[in-house]
Amino acid sequence: MPFSSLVDSLMQDTLGVSLPLFATELAICATIVLLLLFRLLNLDQRIPGAVLALAGSIAGLGLAVMQHLQYSQEADLVGQSVEIFTGLLIYDQFTIYLRIFLMLFLVLVVYLTMLGGIPDREDAPDFYVLLLGSTLGMLLMASANHLLIVFLAIEMTSVPSYAMVGFLKGRRQSSEAALKYVVYGAGAAGVMLYGISLLSGLLGTANLPELAQALTALGGADSALDQPSLWTLSLAILMVLVGVAFKLSIVPFHFWCPDAFEGASAEVAGYLSVASKGAAFALLVRFCLAMTGSAVPAGDLQTVFVHLGFGIGIIAAISATFGNLAAYTQTNIKRMLAYSTIAHAGYMLMAVAALLVILGSPDAPDGGAQRTEHAIRAVSGLLYYLVVYLFMNLGAFAIVAIIRNQTFSEQIEDYSGLVRQSPALAVCMLACMFSLIGMPPLGGFVSKVMVFASVFKSTEYYWPMWFILSAGVLNTVFSLIYYVNVLNYMFFKPPREHLEPVNVPLASAYGRYALLVTLPVFLLGVMVNRIDDVAYSASASLKSFSVPVVANHDNADPPRQSVRSTPAIPAPVEAATPVSGG
Amino acid sequence: MSNEFLLSAIIFLPTVGALVLSIMDGGAEKALRKIGYFTTAATFALTLVLLAEFDSSVSGMQMEVKAEWIKNWNVNYQLGVDGISLTLVLLTGLVCFLAMLASDSIKKDIKGYLILFLLLETGMLGVFLSLDFFLFYVFWEVMLLPMYFLIGIWGGPRREYAAMKFFLYTLVGSVLMLIALLMFYFGSATTTSPGSFDLLHLARIGQGKVPGLVFSETLQMTAFVLLFIGFAIKVPVVPFHTWLPDAHVEAPTPISMILAGVLLKMGGYGILRIAFPICPQGAQWASYVLVFLGVLSIIYGAFAAMAQTDFKRLVAYSSVSHMGYVLLGIAVWKLSEGKTVGAEYWKMGMNGAMFQMLAHGISSAGMFFMVGVIYDRVHHRDVNKFGGLMGLMPLYGGLAVGIFFAGLGLPGLCGFIGEVFTVLSAWNYHPIMAIISASGVILTAGYILWTIQRVFLGPEYKGPHPEAITPILPREAFIGFVLLGFAILLGVYPESMFGLMRESINQLVNDLVKVDMSSLAGVNTLLKR
Repeated sequence: MPFSSLVDSLMQDTLGVSLPLFATELAICATIVLLLLFRLLNLDQRIPGAVLALAGSIAGLGLAVMQHLQYSQEADLVGQSVEIFTGLLIYDQFTIYLRIFLMLFLVLVVYLTMLGGIPDREDAPDFYVLLLGSTLGMLLMASANHLLIVFLAIEMTSVPSYAMVGFLKGRRQSSEAALKYVVYGAGAAGVMLYGISLLSGLLGTANLPELAQALTALGGADSALDQPSLWTLSLAILMVLVGVAFKLSIVPFHFWCPDAFEGASAEVAGYLSVASKGAAFALLVRFCLAMTGSAVPAGDLQTVFVHLGFGIGIIAAISATFGNLAAYTQTNIKRMLAYSTIAHAGYMLMAVAALLVILGSPDAPDGGAQRTEHAIRAVSGLLYYLVVYLFMNLGAFAIVAIIRNQTFSEQIEDYSGLVRQSPALAVCMLACMFSLIGMPPLGGFVSKVMVFASVFKSTEYYWPMWFILSAGVLNTVFSLIYYVNVLNYMFFKPPREHLEPVNVPLASAYGRYALLVTLPVFLLGVMVNRIDDVAYSASASLKSFSVPVVANHDNADPPRQSVRSTPAIPAPVEAATPVSGG
Repeated sequence: MSNEFLLSAIIFLPTVGALVLSIMDGGAEKALRKIGYFTTAATFALTLVLLAEFDSSVSGMQMEVKAEWIKNWNVNYQLGVDGISLTLVLLTGLVCFLAMLASDSIKKDIKGYLILFLLLETGMLGVFLSLDFFLFYVFWEVMLLPMYFLIGIWGGPRREYAAMKFFLYTLVGSVLMLIALLMFYFGSATTTSPGSFDLLHLARIGQGKVPGLVFSETLQMTAFVLLFIGFAIKVPVVPFHTWLPDAHVEAPTPISMILAGVLLKMGGYGILRIAFPICPQGAQWASYVLVFLGVLSIIYGAFAAMAQTDFKRLVAYSSVSHMGYVLLGIAVWKLSEGKTVGAEYWKMGMNGAMFQMLAHGISSAGMFFMVGVIYDRVHHRDVNKFGGLMGLMPLYGGLAVGIFFAGLGLPGLCGFIGEVFTVLSAWNYHPIMAIISASGVILTAGYILWTIQRVFLGPEYKGPHPEAITPILPREAFIGFVLLGFAILLGVYPESMFGLMRESINQLVNDLVKVDMSSLAGVNTLLKR
């Protein structure tokens, strides 16, 4: 093949296919450039950075929603996925779902920072560049299709986060938190990079969809667990998972989380707790599916995945338990919410554990006829959980930020008597807390039931998953006490005299914002169908679910096909429409 | 009003009232209270309409409503009423109305109080009327939040502790129920259809009436244990009862009335509506334990009540004792070699248990109200520091003694019928159990008579604030008369309630008796070996 045609096909791939599908990310990039330019030309005095950032993120959100609408309007697109930028990224409904998730969250966070004025006018461009840059990294995490991008995206997310945690320059706590975060982050990234190098060295490819194929070739039915390569492989997988676990703040990689949250402003803490979780779970799901592939692996490889799933389940159970128990003694609300974040990461991780067990286990009920369906359900439960988590956790952090702006306090006991001063805020906080516990009719309940249902289903594939289910259910009870403790202060205790009263009526900007973020928590618990449908088709569009076996394509041929949409077999369309429906 | 709409209207009318209240000015106390009276009265009136529309000769569900809610999970908004739920809905409407009348003593944050009160009523009515397990669970939990705040904000000195304890206990029960819910859901799935939350459909599967679908014995036993613990906490059955005295003592009077009058019935209702019909094999397998726990509750509750000096705690323990009869009556399912022995007795026990729930709803609400009336005046509840109230407040004394006699189980009053029916049916199950439970009646008479003696009789009042003892107000007397009136009505004409629920209960027993228990006999012998 002549060089010119190589360049031509590359151009075609980049300009014709990839860039239009990359529109959201481009909008963010453009906003970042504009923010920096405006600062350079002193235009930020006239147009505040916050407004620019808000406009940019709304544009990004709009583009992502348009991509979603395109999918929902054209039926033949459903379940199709496109590899863009020569296979480095993947574009499917799962990507779009997380894009909308992240962009919506970004819009809400930018708006919150505008209201609260956490970066003053002087610092605003810097802050928003960091915030947008970090989100850009998360968008890449959500669509990563290559181990290289996995690492790059995680780093791109992390580095601005470190700076954002330390953004309150005057506070010692803030700098200390940032430093801790950097050290942990660097360590985790190093381990992950080593894992990636082992993995790609062992399997001869770093492209996620090809991993499973290579793995089957390496593992095969006749392989044995004592093979050194299998051991190395397990080690490599674990090392990659360490990097993801760091982003998820899963025990034992959670130590940075309470300190970072306490040191950072509430807005940043809320951002870190929700957005990085969404992106990291997307990445984790993609990675796990890439490892298991679409066909059920055979031989010892199978045991590896069931054990891996169960092991992740145990880590999830420990995270949930540890997070919930450690949250008891906290007196600072941000620290408490940090431990609550750890616990919720545990619950969500249970869905991933269930996914791996369902895909890997040799003893499937009904001969495995519904394996894919159950696996899709596990992922869609996780996706639904993420959306609910976005609103309930952002709601809690937003209220913390609002109260901080009034009383300059983040101690739980200083929330005493809030209901007498600002009933609207107290009721919004109540909804968020009860949703975090998982009480109906709030979204937290529905999402928890979805995750537990998947774990329950996985017990039929592998019975020890019962332990994970019991741990999850018990933790719901554990978590009650510390969430309700906050409500105890807000509703049962008289206001503290030495503090400024919190005066936030519903009709103020703060009050409206709190309502705007809390109302979806309730709606997600009552009107489940719409988002559940979208989450379901997003999960079903994942490549491993829509393609039975990885299609034939030649590894040695360097210019890969620019568009590798999945073959139009009847399965994806069917799988995308929910099976039940009364 | 069309019947399809009636059930939803009953459930959500209090919510509408709460919404109206939430946009009103918190200072307009009189107007707020009026909305509260009006909403509960209208809800009670709607339940009476339901009574008029109800056909008591039909054993199955009536006025069923079914609409899709969460379609991917096959969750439906499904309501219906039969004899079992109708009577409890009536009780809820009545007790809530009377409790609202009794709420005049609440002065603090009346707006919030009324909103939570009405939300609580929605939750309770929803539990009794839903036919979808998921919906049932949602209502069951929805009720927790208002209750927590009603105890925690308007309660006595240890209110936060009591509120948290109540919340924790119920949540433990709920999560166990959640596991059972998932078991049923996935157990009822086939290759062609997803699982179901429809309680009637699940009951048919559990009773082996759906071809090709069974709940295995293991599933039924596990699910039954999970469900039973969840409901037993609510009833409460003895090892799970410790939340109740605290919650009752700390709760304000009207909330105590609701707690004893309605909330405890939700446990019994859950056992009748969910645990027994869906897991007959599990229920039969556990029946010895259930009967034992029932008898234990009767005796333990009575002894504990006897030892109390706090008037409210005493009444709270009497609730534990009285609810023991409910469990006893439900559980007396005697099986011999795979065949039910004396199904007629079991029917009697079931009917008695249901009647006991209604009677206890009337008498315990009345007793808590009577304690509240005197507490509002003298601000203490030490039984030993009363005395002579009959002379100081003759009308109050008369009403209170009447209601306490109803609780005692005096023939001619409501408490008698339920106790007699359950104890008689227990004889068929096991004579010794019947004898022990019958002796509970004597203990009950013991502690109630002793209480009456210490509080109402005697020459003089011995406690603090003698000057505050004023005659009973007309509003209070009205509540007392209504409750005593119902206690007498149910006592002399029990058919008024039996007539409504007999068909449904007998149908339930007949269905359960037909369930094939042969495989269970194998399990039992295996266990005994």
